[in-house]
Amino acid sequence: MTVLEFTAVVAIVSFVAGLLGSLTGLGGGVVLVPLLTILFHVDIRYAIGASLVSVIATSSGAAASYVKEGFSNIRIGMFLEIATTFGALLGAFLATRIPTSILAIIFGAVLLYSAYLSRKPRPLDQRSLPPDPLATRLRMNGSFPDLEGPRSYNVQHVPTGFSLMFGAGALSGLLGIGSGAVKVLAMDQAMRIPFKVSTTTSNFMIGVTAAASAGVYLSRGYVDPGLAMPVMLWVLAGSLLGTRILVKAETKSLRLVFSVVILVLGLQMLYKGFWGKI
Amino acid sequence: MPTAQAPAPQPHQPQPWDDHRIEVILGNLLRSGVLLSAAVVLWGACVYLSRHAHEPADYRIFRGEPSEFRTIPGVIHSVINGRGRGLIQLGLLLLIATPIARVAFSIVGFAIERDRMYVAFTLIVLAILLYSLLGSGLGV
Repeated sequence: MTVLEFTAVVAIVSFVAGLLGSLTGLGGGVVLVPLLTILFHVDIRYAIGASLVSVIATSSGAAASYVKEGFSNIRIGMFLEIATTFGALLGAFLATRIPTSILAIIFGAVLLYSAYLSRKPRPLDQRSLPPDPLATRLRMNGSFPDLEGPRSYNVQHVPTGFSLMFGAGALSGLLGIGSGAVKVLAMDQAMRIPFKVSTTTSNFMIGVTAAASAGVYLSRGYVDPGLAMPVMLWVLAGSLLGTRILVKAETKSLRLVFSVVILVLGLQMLYKGFWGKI
Repeated sequence: MPTAQAPAPQPHQPQPWDDHRIEVILGNLLRSGVLLSAAVVLWGACVYLSRHAHEPADYRIFRGEPSEFRTIPGVIHSVINGRGRGLIQLGLLLLIATPIARVAFSIVGFAIERDRMYVAFTLIVLAILLYSLLGSGLGV
């Protein structure tokens, strides 16, 4: 394949990944790395480097449209970013020392978990939970505009959420993904943050987390300009289009298709990792 | 007889609308940063593709990038030499800097609200980010 052909096909795949990732809320990075390694036989380290920069682009690009709605909580985000950036640094340093077959196995496991999570119904938002002393001291409780006017919420289980976010950051730094699946676990399930608040707040955090490991990747020579260029530009284009049409699209069947794709890619990555084909 | 103990001072309540205004500014900052970096990457892509379009592309074997594409001085040097891939890396560096700028500006926002605890938290995050950028050998 020539450089021009390679750039063109990577651009198409990246655009579709960015579009589907933003329409389904599952993120594009999680499918990009396996697609690049399985379809185009790109070394997984180059694939992770390219995916990482696309994660920063989609997160920062979507931030402006998310914050206008007034759902995100800047304090929850900043506090948890201490955990995710520490984790991301650790993940990025581990990534340079772990054999690629182990990386593929961890990636496969994360994909299978994401597929499972995307099929599970969301936990119902619990209303009027009692305020947690630690969350109150950290000024995390807040309110957001709902259909019946502003709705307040009380954040729970801060230490559990903080530890899980450290894990999410480590996975993000290790695999070059946004780790949306672990963030859902931490923010929705443990800290009981309402879905709308947790989604927009986690989008805000993803870019900062990825920036913490991107410096390490770039300085280690994992970010190839020829590969990162089409990935970054076209994932961004796809995800910006996705946020535009999100309101009109029927996402239920899309989520099903996307979670099947994630499942298949996860099995492929496990197979490749266990048989050392990567 | 009233109780001797005075009521504890009310903890400072978060001000969602002040926060919201800061976030809107930061959101726009992030978007401008991304668009600027995408423009630089696109410019670099034109230069790169116009020169190397017909060479073979092979990413099967990991070699690691040469130092001109993995350190800040190296990238600047290759941009000055008019290299397309140097421009792409410059765009990617701008992209990485965008969320870092967001964190730095949040310090100002929290300081205006006199929220010292969150100024401290934000400084920790900024320190980690700067360590990652400069401590990992990117600056040399």
